[in-house]
Amino acid sequence: MNIMNEGIRVYLDNASTTPIDSEVLLNMTKNLSKNYGNPSSLHLEGRLSKKLINQSRQAIARVINADAKEIIFTSGGTESDNLAILGIARANKHSGRHIITSKIEHKAIIDACKVLEQEGFSVTYLDVDKNGLISINALKSSIKPDTILVSIMYANNEIGSIQPIKEIAGVLKKMDSQKPIFHTDACQAAVSLDIDVTKLGVDSMTISSSKIYGPKGVGCLYVKNGIKIAPQIVGGGQEGGLRSGTENSALIGGFADALTLANKKRVNDNQKIVELRDYFMNEILSKIKNVYINGGMEYRLPNNLNLSIKGVEGESLILMMDHYGIACSTGSACSSSDLNPSHVLMALKIPIDLAHCSVRFTLGRYTTKQEIDYTIKTLVKCVARIRSMSSIL
Amino acid sequence: MSDKSVQNCSDGQDWIYTDEVREHFFFPKNILFDEANYNADGFGVVGSAECGDAMNVWIKVDPDTKRILECKWRTFGCASAIAAASMMSIMATENGGMTMEMAQKLKPEQIVERLGGLPDRKFHCSVLGHKALRNAVLDYLKNAK
Repeated sequence: MNIMNEGIRVYLDNASTTPIDSEVLLNMTKNLSKNYGNPSSLHLEGRLSKKLINQSRQAIARVINADAKEIIFTSGGTESDNLAILGIARANKHSGRHIITSKIEHKAIIDACKVLEQEGFSVTYLDVDKNGLISINALKSSIKPDTILVSIMYANNEIGSIQPIKEIAGVLKKMDSQKPIFHTDACQAAVSLDIDVTKLGVDSMTISSSKIYGPKGVGCLYVKNGIKIAPQIVGGGQEGGLRSGTENSALIGGFADALTLANKKRVNDNQKIVELRDYFMNEILSKIKNVYINGGMEYRLPNNLNLSIKGVEGESLILMMDHYGIACSTGSACSSSDLNPSHVLMALKIPIDLAHCSVRFTLGRYTTKQEIDYTIKTLVKCVARIRSMSSIL
Repeated sequence: MSDKSVQNCSDGQDWIYTDEVREHFFFPKNILFDEANYNADGFGVVGSAECGDAMNVWIKVDPDTKRILECKWRTFGCASAIAAASMMSIMATENGGMTMEMAQKLKPEQIVERLGGLPDRKFHCSVLGHKALRNAVLDYLKNAK
């Protein structure tokens, strides 16, 4: 086997993080050097920084159809999810101590819920079906008089399943007694789905810049006016006292540019990406035997393909693909820090031996047909190679 | 969520494999491709697909010296499992081959040492070679009776 790498790189891990858009980067670089003032300062340098933040807040509010005052800038998806779960639960605990979420949420949600369980809250983790979707009936029957918060992700990061957010919001709205606050983690959804908070009917929403071709280290939490939320980072009182710490105005500016751009490109990008993804999937299914698609295809992000290739352990495949210039990821236990298989694949009740053989390809705005063809060719080669030394066929 | 004390952020959690591991992952030695036409003197299995690693080992033993002549394997597992299997097969057959006694005493630490180390969390789950070899030796001893 020739392992000489020809210098080709194909990036198919856009759910993990996206490359930064060149236009966004250009603007951001200018701001990084010129816009160095502390936004809390009264002098010109400070005021210019503040202005950039305010403009960015308005731009993001326009995309998600919210009021600028309802946007809290954070360090990214994890912090926004933590702030939503911990902040909303802690501020509303006098109204109840029950929370509903799902088994396939990002760890930033699940682990925040675990923290709350230690503080005396109870949490219902809803099951998902084989398509990775929660059941509206199960949600309805798990609502209790003391349910204060429901957090269901818009789209899943591993299998791309899209939850019926509007329908969930509808169910919660119909409740005559105390209506639980509804948060959604839209980190994966923001680049390809409609994130109009009014249309969705959510009270709170997480967006991360690093998944939408913006810079890493920045994101936001939308919180509807009137919702009580307790800050989790305290100090200088920035972001209306809800998130202290000197704002990084250049990153915030880059984030706003990226979201505006994503919103503009959404329809065209989706169409191109879904065509490529489907071509990719069909080629794999026709060229490689014993491949199983993880999750359903109907309600799925356009860029996500998650499959299990029998007998081919995920970490081995990822390392070999990487060697040939292809970046993808796996839910195999062998590649995780805790050596447990992906909690999402486990929630789908995928047999554990197949979970070990899972591989995720997430296409992006810059993915080309040539790259997909090269990936198919390489995947066929790597699978044959690993299967030839595998004790399981 | 348990309380944590300050830890070194790189306390063996790095993913970087040594050159030796990479070499054996990309160029594994002694894989048995054609099982049907291979007359082994001993065969051993360890692990299962459910735990993420499963390994088969076949050995041929010199009838006169009673040393391992050939050690072949196939494994389902991560890069370090493949590299560890390859290294084990080399260790079992080098310098005239291991005696049955030596093979039964082979320790995972010896395999890992020859690989130049493995990430901490990979140590226990991915080094199966010595166990599969031990089972192959037991099978050989049983067959030889």
